[in-house]
Amino acid sequence: MNMDMLVTLVRVPLLVMPWIGCEFLRLRTRNNHICSRTFGMLALDPLIGAIAAGNVVVIKPSELAPACSSFLANTIPRYLDSNAVRVIEGGAPVSEQLLLQKWDKIFFTGSPRVARIVMTAAAKNLTPVTLELGGKCPAILDSLHNPSDFELAVKRIVGGKWGPCSGQACIGIDYVLVEEKLSSHLIELLKKFVKRFYGENPLESKVISRIVSKQNFTRLCNLLKDPLVAASIVHGGSVEEKHLLIEPTILLDPPLYADIMTEEIFGPFLPIITVNKIGESVEFINSRPKPLTIYAFTKDETFKRRILSETSSGSVTFNDTMVQFLCDTLPFGGVGQSGFGSYHGKYSFDTFSHEKAVMHRSLCLEIEPRYPPWSKFKLEFLRLAYKLNYFGLLLHILGLKRYK
Amino acid sequence: MLSSTEVHEKQNKKESFNAEAASLLVKNLTATFASGKTRSYEWRASQLKALTKLLSDAHEQQIVDALYSDLSKPPLETVAYEIAMLKNSCKGALKELKRWMTSEKVKTSISTFPSTAEIVSEPLGVVLIISAWNYPFLLSLEPIIGAIAAGNAVVLKPSEVAPATSSLLAKLLGEYLDNSCIRVVEGAVDETSALLQQKWDKIFYTGNGRVARIVMAAAAKHLTPVVLELGGKSPAVVDSNIDLKVATRRIIAGKWCCNNGQACISPDYIITTKDYAPKLVDALKTELEKFYGKNPLESKDLSRIVNSNHFGRLTKLLDDEKLSGKIVFGGEKDESKLMISPTILLDVPRNSLMMREEIFGPLLPIITVDKLEESFDVINSGTKPLAAYLFTTNNKLKEQFVMNISAGGLVINDTALHLAINTLPFGGVGESGIGAYHGKFSFDAFSHKKAVLYRSFFGDAAIRYPPYTNTKMRLLKALIGGGLLGIIRALFGLS
Repeated sequence: MNMDMLVTLVRVPLLVMPWIGCEFLRLRTRNNHICSRTFGMLALDPLIGAIAAGNVVVIKPSELAPACSSFLANTIPRYLDSNAVRVIEGGAPVSEQLLLQKWDKIFFTGSPRVARIVMTAAAKNLTPVTLELGGKCPAILDSLHNPSDFELAVKRIVGGKWGPCSGQACIGIDYVLVEEKLSSHLIELLKKFVKRFYGENPLESKVISRIVSKQNFTRLCNLLKDPLVAASIVHGGSVEEKHLLIEPTILLDPPLYADIMTEEIFGPFLPIITVNKIGESVEFINSRPKPLTIYAFTKDETFKRRILSETSSGSVTFNDTMVQFLCDTLPFGGVGQSGFGSYHGKYSFDTFSHEKAVMHRSLCLEIEPRYPPWSKFKLEFLRLAYKLNYFGLLLHILGLKRYK
Repeated sequence: MLSSTEVHEKQNKKESFNAEAASLLVKNLTATFASGKTRSYEWRASQLKALTKLLSDAHEQQIVDALYSDLSKPPLETVAYEIAMLKNSCKGALKELKRWMTSEKVKTSISTFPSTAEIVSEPLGVVLIISAWNYPFLLSLEPIIGAIAAGNAVVLKPSEVAPATSSLLAKLLGEYLDNSCIRVVEGAVDETSALLQQKWDKIFYTGNGRVARIVMAAAAKHLTPVVLELGGKSPAVVDSNIDLKVATRRIIAGKWCCNNGQACISPDYIITTKDYAPKLVDALKTELEKFYGKNPLESKDLSRIVNSNHFGRLTKLLDDEKLSGKIVFGGEKDESKLMISPTILLDVPRNSLMMREEIFGPLLPIITVDKLEESFDVINSGTKPLAAYLFTTNNKLKEQFVMNISAGGLVINDTALHLAINTLPFGGVGESGIGAYHGKFSFDAFSHKKAVLYRSFFGDAAIRYPPYTNTKMRLLKALIGGGLLGIIRALFGLS
């Protein structure tokens, strides 16, 4: 690494709490990195890796979360070496300017649309990128014979859907796949837990995150405008425009062509898609872009193996939601439309490092046949050497081996 | 030898390979991949074994002939540096395949207790490999070995600048490998553009920075990850405390014995002290004459320059008026044979054309400095090269070199050999590229490492769920923070 910056490693405890969504854009230049994130504190996660790997860093937080952006801009300089770590605030024009520069790496978290812009800009300078995107993360809910297991599964689904920022998380559950015969029991339990967590009137509960911006609020409301989508709502649907609140909403089999089922929802709507046999979820998932994560609640070992070998996603978590994020020994990242590259733990260090191959040779012990003029002897020698045929080499050198 | 009908068919095939044909090809391969055919160990091993057969003695002469036709490459170079290396790679991949395919169990911590976790390697899908002309066989098949071992479907686009090898690859891969999953598309800019418009799961490109930018921009449209194996000006720093004869021979081995300097990891230029330069030049002259005789243009042991474009490019470098009087050895050219003799230039100005772009030919400029430590600044003032070499017995210098020179790979006291070490990642950094391969790195380059976490229904922490309270927050903080002491303190309300 060229930049021998003295850096202080800052450990930031992760808090899986409903922060107001923040999008961050972190750039990586001549030892800088950029990353975008929808969870306030998680913007610092790639920073840890970048610093540990010895880089100089620029963070561009998202303007959609101005309070977090300010907080980072004001706090980071107080704790970190501001010759090496900088925060640049601003909107799209600032991002555009930053993307015109030559960086040594760009780490981006956000949407595929902006990811394309970032990667295209990176291509001009052959800058490697890590793209942490999203996708429609499904939760497959198999029939679990033990009723308390089924209940626990639904509880975790509720936690995994509305817990993270009211559904505004890349690894939040986007939709659920369940067998038709279980759908009403599922809906019943979902309602039960939603009520338990958020009370009778979630819009007044002070426990749900609001939607991050007016633009996203409108986008989400529009998802419900399609009459067939609206007709599929079985719970919730109320909004409170003034504070950009949308209550936890459950839909049963909305039309698959509708935006709610073709785009990443990133909000508090939970479509339930019913299938005849749970095995069909594999085909359903495979007919769509690869998601960042797949959740599967099942005790059927064969089905688990099938999901693992026949679907592709950034990660798979069995029988829970979200917690894979806490496991530092697992690489966290996407595949296909959900991104490429990964981080967390040592993967963060590696993502911001170049693994340089170094070979040491001594100046004694020469292999004559490396050098011209070439001859049949030398050719055969090299052939044998490659095969590590030491005995053959010996014979050859002694002139005892016949060759072509 | 192709019949005229076959040539005609080939022409037609070439004419009709447009975006539509490319799209159909990708669609077919995607469907085959989706069927799961390429995922099994059996399929992968069968293809690797077929590749091993392809590389067997039966076809050696054809391969040698094709490379001779394209580059006048000496048979020994073809056999030693293309075929033998590939055979080793195939063998290594077959030997390690089961182990590579096995998922890696990883530890979990108290924050996800109880749980187990593993990392599963899965194929990316349908991958595109665009190869180069200087080691056309090696640079086509080495990535294919990795792509197949990782269970992908593959399209190979060999370089049109080496047409005999391109044809031979199309023929042999068509005969030996599973055509429903592995295909060769021959052609030039049009065909490559048609391929680049498609959505691939990975693109692996070997070549130059200019085209790499085009490849990466095309990949960006589909968010396709890329490996770019490029080049750069790989320097060789020569100290005075060395066995000069051995060092000189090794520099020659990496430069002129590697396709007459047309290799991405050939030493591009030398840096040495003003005092030592004359000795180095003499040693180079002596050894070069031993290797190539008094008339190197007639030597059978040197590749020619690949085509007249590159011949013209290299001639232009030599004709730079800033270099007048700098040639101390060689400089002979024969345009009819596209041959340029091994040429050494001394005290080349840093602002000459030759020092501003990758030479990729048999010209070796020597830059002199007062103290050898200054060579680091010289190297670091340019873009990061694919390789950097140092000849010295000074351990401190070696350490400083390794710490301060950023390049794809470094070799101390030799050149180019790191290419043959399968346990070393082979790839660039900065302008010299993105990603790496060889050995397991090839397998990894074409795999997605899927994280898998297994949880059970045993035990559930209420602190995860709303309604949120300060107690829950305190406990969660402690739990995620991971320390047992912290958790105990939190439980007792002491944090």
